[in-house]
Amino acid sequence: MNMRALLQWLLAMGCLVLPLQALSVIETYEFSDPALASRYQELSGELRCPKCQNQNIADSNAPIAQDLRKLLHQQLEQGASDEEILQYMVDRYGEFVRYRPRFAGATMLLWLAPGVLLLLGLLIVFLTLRDRKQPGGSEGDLSDADQQRLRELMKKADKE
Amino acid sequence: MHARLKLFLPLILFGILALFLLRGLSLDPKEMPSALIDKPFPEFSLPALGGDAKLDKASVSGRVALFNVWATWCVSCRVEHPYLTELARQGVAIYGINYKDEDAAALGWLQQLGDPYIANIADREGTLGLDLGVYGAPETYLVDAQGMVRYRHVGVVDERVWTTVLLPLYTQLKGEGEG
Repeated sequence: MNMRALLQWLLAMGCLVLPLQALSVIETYEFSDPALASRYQELSGELRCPKCQNQNIADSNAPIAQDLRKLLHQQLEQGASDEEILQYMVDRYGEFVRYRPRFAGATMLLWLAPGVLLLLGLLIVFLTLRDRKQPGGSEGDLSDADQQRLRELMKKADKE
Repeated sequence: MHARLKLFLPLILFGILALFLLRGLSLDPKEMPSALIDKPFPEFSLPALGGDAKLDKASVSGRVALFNVWATWCVSCRVEHPYLTELARQGVAIYGINYKDEDAAALGWLQQLGDPYIANIADREGTLGLDLGVYGAPETYLVDAQGMVRYRHVGVVDERVWTTVLLPLYTQLKGEGEG
């Protein structure tokens, strides 16, 4: 009886584990230090797959992403710093390989454009709102002669 | 006058946007310049395909040449192959980088389809490919006589690519090399 319960339990567990196994097509790496594993997660999330372009190497199944993950693992185990690893990748695949390219040269536009566009938008809003106030307050802009004429016209309209 | 001009602001903004979008139509986001442009071809020491002899950078440099990254598992490489053979027949120097491939399969391919390459570097692990920034075959690198990478083409080299892109550069580099 006890044996049967154990078997049932194993079967249930097996059913739970099975679908997980089917999903894990991306290989896993063993790290000598948990800190390396978390850096691996971080870096593989930040490095962009050169082939698939809109995926990072952690998510991609492309052969090149597999190679880069393997390389990342090797370099982490060899004690390379994050900066060294990123530089190594950039030297070979260009600034493109980073999802957060460094602030220099051509990428300056990329970093600054959102801020510049925001300022531009605010400027347009400010100018539009300022201009919109004027028609309301334009009564005072009439010359004395015009004011006089306006009063006469309104009087005339009242009589009719 | 000022107020009148402002009416055109949306049109002007639209015009600028349209210019950017128009430019975007002719841009291919897959086309990335190599990080190695105008930088030296990476150092390497790898066996020649189908032999024990080692090839290194010195043994494949000294002239303007194409370095063609290919493999038997690469379908587009088969498409490209006849044109490379044609270029080789015209006297263009082409080296092969047999990328992450089986030696036997690669040799069989060359025997069956013809061999346009002066020599083939057997990059079984893809280490040279990594140093070059290869992310898929076929890729073709144009290297000058000083061993500098001058251009990279990703994808099939066909007559259009050769005459419009590679040939002008190749001719120019040839001229520089001799001058």
